Amino acid sequence: MRGWTFLLLAVLVAGAVYAAAAAVNNGYVFFAGYVVLQYVVLATAWNLLGGYTGYVNFGVAGFFALAAYGTVAIEKLAPLPLPAVILAGGAISGLLGLGMGYLTLRLRGVFFSIATLAMAVVAQTFVVNWNFVGGSAGAFVIRPQFTAWFHIDYIHYLFLLMLVLCVIVLATARLIERSRLGDGFAAIRDDELAAEAAGVPTLRLKLIATALSGAFMGMAGAPLPYYVTYLDPPSAFSLSYAVNTIAMPLIGGTAAWPGPLIGALLLATLQQLVTVTISSAVNLLIVGLMLVGFIIIAPRGIIGWFGIGEGKLRRRKRR
Amino acid sequence: MDLSLGLFGNAIVSGLLLGGFYAAVTIGISISFGMLDIANIAHPAFIVLGSYGAWYANSRFGVDPLIASVVLMPAFYLLGAGIYQLYYHAFERRGDASLRGLAFFFGLLFITEVGLILVFGVDYRLVRAPYIGPSLYLGALEFPLRLLVPFLASLAMVGLLWLYLSRSFTGRAILAVAQDAEALRILGADPVRIKRIAFALSIATTSLAGAILIVIQPVEPSIGRDYIGRVFAIAVLGGLGSFAGTVVAAILLGIMESLTATFYGPSWSPAIAFGFLLLALAVKPSGMFGR
Repeated sequence: MRGWTFLLLAVLVAGAVYAAAAAVNNGYVFFAGYVVLQYVVLATAWNLLGGYTGYVNFGVAGFFALAAYGTVAIEKLAPLPLPAVILAGGAISGLLGLGMGYLTLRLRGVFFSIATLAMAVVAQTFVVNWNFVGGSAGAFVIRPQFTAWFHIDYIHYLFLLMLVLCVIVLATARLIERSRLGDGFAAIRDDELAAEAAGVPTLRLKLIATALSGAFMGMAGAPLPYYVTYLDPPSAFSLSYAVNTIAMPLIGGTAAWPGPLIGALLLATLQQLVTVTISSAVNLLIVGLMLVGFIIIAPRGIIGWFGIGEGKLRRRKRR
Repeated sequence: MDLSLGLFGNAIVSGLLLGGFYAAVTIGISISFGMLDIANIAHPAFIVLGSYGAWYANSRFGVDPLIASVVLMPAFYLLGAGIYQLYYHAFERRGDASLRGLAFFFGLLFITEVGLILVFGVDYRLVRAPYIGPSLYLGALEFPLRLLVPFLASLAMVGLLWLYLSRSFTGRAILAVAQDAEALRILGADPVRIKRIAFALSIATTSLAGAILIVIQPVEPSIGRDYIGRVFAIAVLGGLGSFAGTVVAAILLGIMESLTATFYGPSWSPAIAFGFLLLALAVKPSGMFGR
């Protein structure tokens, strides 16, 4: 399938999803659906670095929440239209990824992982001490009832924007997989030393992956203040974002773009159901157990059962 | 002037004592990450588990938390041995330790944390002991016993571990496996068994480290996260696997954090460890005492 055909198909699917949600015409569908879509973006973004190059980023909450706080700051300084705010959030987190990567990516991968984990704590410390965006007390953001143009319900609008982000991030992931960039990423994941020796510019590729991955996580986080309307550091920087985002690609499979998509749809929907029917602590426990269970028993994830992502590996070996 | 000098002196003292505690928290990571190359990011979660063990023994039976934690150590040792066995079979043996191994420990961290929340709730817990409250005074300097006693307990543990590693046969085998596991196999020692013992030891230290933590401050299930950055910063800066380096780096970080908390406010101190870590990684990843 060519890139444009895929994009067209993805847009059609997204349109069908929106039409179906609108047909149900229940506010809860949009509320729950927003969270599911947000995790599709986060999981796919994480996989750009984690799945393709093999570098584990534990600082998802940092990238996600810093962009959300960027939105709060923009709202207080000079309100912009939401798509512009999302781009700004992407820029903030993309730069954060670039800086983090520049300092730690020259070392062994595990140091990068530890640094990202610590970065989330520091970003939280920074926000707690930043009184302009509410500090430890948190910040209120007023969500308009309707959009200024076309008079769409604002929750529907947020859902729609997240749907657009899903299409963009999935198309990007697929494009990377099929490009020279993706081959470079795979070379780094399989044997970084050999890749370096063969002339692959490993540091530059890793920086591209970190910046892209961070930028998409930021874009997923930027609309958050309008969704929750009250943002405080402990919930914005909650470790559950990181656990969910890492669990989804690993459960779905990290080798190809359908993996994070399937993992996110499955896990996020399950969580919405469990949170409503049982409790949110139990639902986090389920995610933790599923994560550990899957990486031990099914290291290729769900797409591994169907052989997706392996054919590509074989083709590459023959080449 | 006098006031700020006294403030400075006391900040140094409490930083020094805090550093002793950091050494206890980090020494397990120096073994597991520094010697065995296992990035156990769930280590701080096990420390919190240790805190809850000490808290339970203290509030239920009135046992001294530090003594209770020493009694509980064998249980933590067994837990560590079990985790290593699982880790070895699922990841290390397949040579797939990097991405999935890290995610495995991340999952363990999360399961431990959520498990503690489900069992004990999210309230802060604290322990009672005679040394919590009073202080020793040396001129203008104050030595709070709740920091001094953990400091001594921590140094005792680090000292004993060092003696064990440098004097006993198994201990020396652990040091050897850190350098070359294959050579150890040729010499007739089973590297997997040695690594299991070493990893189990690293988890056993979390029992006492957890008791020390809850003596110093009240504990809730997710408090371990604040220590992830600190623990790895100290382990890296100390030169992975070096005990002397770990103690020195721990005390340095303790003093820096204490000075920051005194002069800029305690809400900034978590950022110090990160700066410390980034500096260590950017400038000298082999640490101050690196081989």
